Amino acid sequence: MANFYNDNEALKHYLTHPMMKKIVELKERNFADADKYDYAPQNFEDAMDSYDRVLDIVGDISGNIIAENAESVDHEGPQVVNNRVKYASGTQKNLEACRKAGLMGMAMPRRFGGLNFPITPYIMGADIVSRADAGFENLWGLQDCAETIYEFASEEQKQKYISRVCQGETMSMDLTEPDAGSDLQSVMLKATKKEDGSYVLNGVKRFITNGDSDIHLVLARSEEGSKDGRGLSMFIYDKRKGGVNVRRIENKMGIKGSPTCELVYKDAPAELVGSTRLGLIKYVMALMNGARLGIAAQSVGISEAAYREALQYAKERQQFGKPIIEFPAVAEVLSLIKAKLDASRALLYACSRFVDMYKIYDDIAKERPLTPEEKKEQKYYSKLADAFTPLAKGMTSEYCNQNTYDCIQIHGGSGFMKDYACERLYRDARITSIYEGTTQLQVVAAIRHVTTGTYLNKIREFEAEEVKPEFEAIKNTLVFMTQQYADAVQAVMGVDDSKYHDFMARRLVEMAGHIIMGYLLLEDAQRNDYFKKSLVVYVNYGEAEVARHASFIGNFKPEEITDYLYTNA
Amino acid sequence: MSLNIIVLAKQVPDTRNVGKDAMKADGTINRAALPAIFNPEDLNALEQALKLKELHPGSKVTILTMGPARAAEIIREGMFRGADGGIVLSDRAFAGSDTLATSYALSAAVRKIGNFDIIIGGRQAIDGDTAQVGPQIAEKLGIPQITYAEDILSVDNGEITVKRRIESGVETVKAKLPLVVTVNGSAAECRPRNAKAVQKYKYAAVPSEVAADESRKEFIEKRPYLNIGEWNASTVDADLAQCGLAGSPTKVKSIENVVFTAKEARRIENNDEELENLIKELIANHTIG
Repeated sequence: MANFYNDNEALKHYLTHPMMKKIVELKERNFADADKYDYAPQNFEDAMDSYDRVLDIVGDISGNIIAENAESVDHEGPQVVNNRVKYASGTQKNLEACRKAGLMGMAMPRRFGGLNFPITPYIMGADIVSRADAGFENLWGLQDCAETIYEFASEEQKQKYISRVCQGETMSMDLTEPDAGSDLQSVMLKATKKEDGSYVLNGVKRFITNGDSDIHLVLARSEEGSKDGRGLSMFIYDKRKGGVNVRRIENKMGIKGSPTCELVYKDAPAELVGSTRLGLIKYVMALMNGARLGIAAQSVGISEAAYREALQYAKERQQFGKPIIEFPAVAEVLSLIKAKLDASRALLYACSRFVDMYKIYDDIAKERPLTPEEKKEQKYYSKLADAFTPLAKGMTSEYCNQNTYDCIQIHGGSGFMKDYACERLYRDARITSIYEGTTQLQVVAAIRHVTTGTYLNKIREFEAEEVKPEFEAIKNTLVFMTQQYADAVQAVMGVDDSKYHDFMARRLVEMAGHIIMGYLLLEDAQRNDYFKKSLVVYVNYGEAEVARHASFIGNFKPEEITDYLYTNA
Repeated sequence: MSLNIIVLAKQVPDTRNVGKDAMKADGTINRAALPAIFNPEDLNALEQALKLKELHPGSKVTILTMGPARAAEIIREGMFRGADGGIVLSDRAFAGSDTLATSYALSAAVRKIGNFDIIIGGRQAIDGDTAQVGPQIAEKLGIPQITYAEDILSVDNGEITVKRRIESGVETVKAKLPLVVTVNGSAAECRPRNAKAVQKYKYAAVPSEVAADESRKEFIEKRPYLNIGEWNASTVDADLAQCGLAGSPTKVKSIENVVFTAKEARRIENNDEELENLIKELIANHTIG
């Protein structure tokens, strides 16, 4: 009778964050749906109660069904049968439970059959499901693609496809090709316009998660002869029409339940989404931002699972006549896992609140002109979301890798065997810092917010907040770390060499991350004692990390960069 | 063909995770110490009803429970999973009912509902473990019964086909509607709550709950689907002499811990002679009587 929502105090803490009132009231347009739909909330309290109840369902299914099936799904995995994907039996049961529970299309408007949840509670669902089985979260979380249809497709396409997603059909985003991974500008899949204005797709896609889904979003080259991203458009391929076969699925190290497919398109009929040429530069960017937040949630969920497995083992395992958790060396590892977990989650939900705010304003702007005040807020939160998304994806995925590594360490030799869940978590974690943009690419996206000062400005806002006296010392530490960060940024930018900037970028982004997560935990600890320990542990950790980077940058002679870089020679 | 299905359900103390304070000194259950839950096998029964509803669009699933007003909780729970509504049969006159009085009251409520094709309940409740109420209701209504059901395979032309769990395996049987089916715990687990249903029905209430909290009175009155029925002895035209303690021949003399020692099961053929021999034997060794 495990419930992965009810047993986690942090989730309720973030669900009841003070910013939620504004998010919910805007999202619900002051509860205009109340008399139109029998499941729409009447007011803020009613909406919060509904989120709580629905997350309780997610927690129930995750704890009692998805987590129970995780091991067998990992062993069994999906198969290709007659060019179609056959999910592992546990995956089928998981999907069936999620469909029956109506957990698909959670963030979609009610007129398409969705629950109209803000991003924040939806991301909580992703966090909870990932703790049960990160691989399954991919299948469940791909419902997020409906957001792209909602934002950019025609009304007719929305009615048709979003409704189907809300009824439980699955999605995929078909972007990657053998020669177009991180560099999506090189996509070659060919879209040919027919006389009647419709399109057919021909070519190959690779590494497509859930590639045999019901509804695909496909990036393809519609402009013949074009070479870069401006010749790419976005299409919907409907599996009911036929034309795409699964040639093989990859044999992966982790998230084995999630089929990663190689797809062959043979005159596959497709519908254009929005305008031609905007496929990569506009739609995929939006799609990616949503997906990156999803991977951050997946990373947090895996960290949560790793922490609980490690804690339980450390309490049960006896050596030298006592549980190993009583040894400071073991306790330190555990407390660091917990601190990184809590810091990750703080960043995840700060980011999802920012995403909520600007997306809701974007949506309202389609209905009526925003007031100047609202426009200002829209811009403010849009920028923060843009800055926090790569930071969250980068930091949480690296931490989930570190946490699953440490989880095995706590298990000692037993953790190296296949007998405990920690080895699966370790394998599942590994992809999080790679897909939807590697950590290195998150740094590329984040660094401009270092140079333009988005992070520092937000940090200064945190700094301006009064804190309770007991937290003054910690705040002073954060202020000191901020000074080191600001100095380091200035020092790096003072060198006129873009290669050197790229080389130092990761360090600067991480420094900003440590300070931001420190302030977020400071805010949390003032509202809830639950976070007090992690605040201390995390700020101690971050302080040392910031000093380490500051020292490296300070001591580094710019000409030494030639010793790091490879040339053709 | 759409079906009218009545699901018999009971709110029971959760006896699966009992602590030290689960029993009072007098040997009765300390209900305050145990959370009240939907009787597990009644959830299996609900799943069978919901599956039939999916197979036969337009079908209606009504949950019937006997208990205090707070038993409305399990009706809401059923509505969250797909039931259309329910009735709480609640009256002080029903207090202290044994299985005979319970089945009398429930069968009176079923008669009052009138139009039904299938009555489905769990095999037994985890607080009493008698497995008597379902069969007694069938007897009182004079309709067939299928016990130990594991899967309702189909309903066609007024006939139901059910796979039932028996000691040596499974058997598939058919019976005419209307009938009573009691469902075994080995049947499919009940589906999870549904996100929309939870939001739609969370304020569903029986009249006495509405009366206790006036704040939602108007809201609920405007929405008929939020009204859970609350019936008493007179609503169902029950003969008070057959209700509650008055209608319960069972008298609890004492309660003791019993450790089962029998190793093997014995097969008794379903004929009067063998049954009579068994009853004689049980009276002789003071198991009954």
